[in-house]
Amino acid sequence: MYVATKGGERAIDAAHDWLAEARRGDPAIPELSVAQIREQMSLAVNRVMAEGSLYDPDLAALAIKQARGDLIEAIFLIRAYRTTLPRFGASLPVETGAMAITRRISATFKDVPGGQVLGPTFDYTHRLLDFKLAAEGEVQQAGRKPADDQPAPHVLALLDRDGLMEPLAPSAAVPGDLTREPLEMPADRPLRLQALSRGDEGFVLSMAYSTQRGYGRTHAFVGELRIGSCAVEMEIPELGFSVEIGTVELSECETVNQFTGSKTEPAQFTRGYGLVFGQNERKSISMSLVDRALRWEELGEEDTGAPAQDAEFVLYHCDNIQATGFLEHIKLPHYVDFQSELELIRRLRKAAGASEREAAE
Amino acid sequence: MSKLTQDDIERRDRMGLLARATPTRLAELFPEIPAHALLRAPEAGAVMVRGRVGASGGPFNLGEMTVTRCSVRLEGGAVGHAYVQGRDKSHALRAAALDALGVAGSELVAPVLGALRAEEAARHTERAEKAAATKVEFFTMVRGEDQ
Amino acid sequence: MSDLSGGFAEVAQQSARAFRAVLNAMARPGQLQQLEGAAPPAPLSPAAGAVLLTLVDQSTRLHLAPSHDTPEIRNWIAFHCGAPLSGAEEAAFALGAWEALQPVARFAMGTPDYPDRAATLIVEEAGSNPPNARLSGPGIETQVKAYLPDIAAFQANHAGFPLGFDCLFTARDTVFGLPRSSNVEAL
Repeated sequence: MYVATKGGERAIDAAHDWLAEARRGDPAIPELSVAQIREQMSLAVNRVMAEGSLYDPDLAALAIKQARGDLIEAIFLIRAYRTTLPRFGASLPVETGAMAITRRISATFKDVPGGQVLGPTFDYTHRLLDFKLAAEGEVQQAGRKPADDQPAPHVLALLDRDGLMEPLAPSAAVPGDLTREPLEMPADRPLRLQALSRGDEGFVLSMAYSTQRGYGRTHAFVGELRIGSCAVEMEIPELGFSVEIGTVELSECETVNQFTGSKTEPAQFTRGYGLVFGQNERKSISMSLVDRALRWEELGEEDTGAPAQDAEFVLYHCDNIQATGFLEHIKLPHYVDFQSELELIRRLRKAAGASEREAAE
Repeated sequence: MSKLTQDDIERRDRMGLLARATPTRLAELFPEIPAHALLRAPEAGAVMVRGRVGASGGPFNLGEMTVTRCSVRLEGGAVGHAYVQGRDKSHALRAAALDALGVAGSELVAPVLGALRAEEAARHTERAEKAAATKVEFFTMVRGEDQ
Repeated sequence: MSDLSGGFAEVAQQSARAFRAVLNAMARPGQLQQLEGAAPPAPLSPAAGAVLLTLVDQSTRLHLAPSHDTPEIRNWIAFHCGAPLSGAEEAAFALGAWEALQPVARFAMGTPDYPDRAATLIVEEAGSNPPNARLSGPGIETQVKAYLPDIAAFQANHAGFPLGFDCLFTARDTVFGLPRSSNVEAL
């Protein structure tokens, strides 16, 4: 229960002023520009775009600056801004097979058409602090090599061709949108993927990790991980045809999962899928593991009671803005609630004291 | 979607290039916006970007992107439309004006599109060359018993 | 394409004003509200045009009754609203003269769990007729008189409350609302 309280306005104004000053930090240090954050903190920007569910690097960088680097607060700002935008429509599904590739690896096949491209990865760094970065200086230039323009089809399509992969039913159904209609259970796979793609990276990572440790194990291999940019195309009602309206950077992960068959399905490989805005491979791998774990029912697998198999648990708790909103509200005044609790405890103690005295007499 | 005419195909190409251009570069290439009436003033909004389940299945909603749209009519009557990524209103206005000029068959359009196309190709090549440099070239060690 | 003009010139202000007018129309059944700023192609009235500009977009399916299903209106809606056109059964909004909208039993009435998933009918009226109905219920202090094209149909619609469709009656630059919650009696 909430009571209206007055008298906090001056304190709030002063708190805002102090917040602004604290955000700026030591004025002797040059101020960060939004462009600097966008260019040099790009993975933070990517995370804010993915979980804010709005692709706009400049806005995400601004939100990070305003939030003093608190990414969940920045995501909150983006989610709030998003609601003010009129929606012009929905794009055609992006064709990730035609992605302009920055990074593309497969853990299942060494030789894949189009090759394995490492891209700008942390994977082979030594995780030793690089003190050279503490001093500003020359930047290493990326190497170049003539590109052969070899197409890089999806790796899983190779298994698909051999009939070893579960078939995917193409569908033209309009997918549900949890930003327009409240999420209801059971949620179909398109809705689950939307929720996971904008879900908290830490939560989705931990859920994925739990499946690896045996809570709803799915024996996942990374069939393919690709990062790069894709054109976004939309039907324009007034023209009667579709045009490209821009490009987005995406991370996509497809897992190949062992599947020994069930009453309804033959032994074959199954898949988990992850697709996330920006360069965000940890999130896309996590998403594909959790996606696969949530598919137990449609594949006729056993419900082991693992958290990652529980769609309601995963989907209702993966959104960090919902979570932080409910969590942080408990620090707001609950004076009346607490008064009643206090009274109850006093009454119980009084009653207990009285019965003790009675017993003693 | 009905069958596209040659004009439609050119228009798709033109609108796509203009949408993918950066606002600053487009302003450099096309500083003067011709006289026009606004059919739809530049308006920032969002488009829901969709992906495919498992890369090749049915669609799902991935997340939105910011888009600005604009429609203009030039003095000669040609109508131009723009849907461009981001929130830059002058970008959308310039793109709509150039689209209208394209519809009218103006000679002003080709040099702008030509420059944008060349620069986009250069960016594409740069990324592809950097990617090629990080491509792994596996070689299998020769084992003794095979000799 | 010559059907692209006639949208709001000042989108933010005019759509906010129009939204307020539609809100008032639904909150005060039977009371006329002014609705200006749209100049759609005939036979679409300015008031109905403003309702479309304000409430209808890509996420709302719109049914055009035969009275209003013209290429000019289709193009205008495609450009200004982008709404997908649909059959009567799937529509969130329907537009047309009362006769052209028949039979109204086709439209979505909502479900007991989600009564809001019902259609809103934008009923175009030709002219000003003398009142033939007395309305009462939520949003009406005592009673209000209005002209309705059919008394029995709206009585039946009210009888199904909380299910049922809602109506906006538009003529020239005015609109009044008749939500399913209103009780209708013949004068």
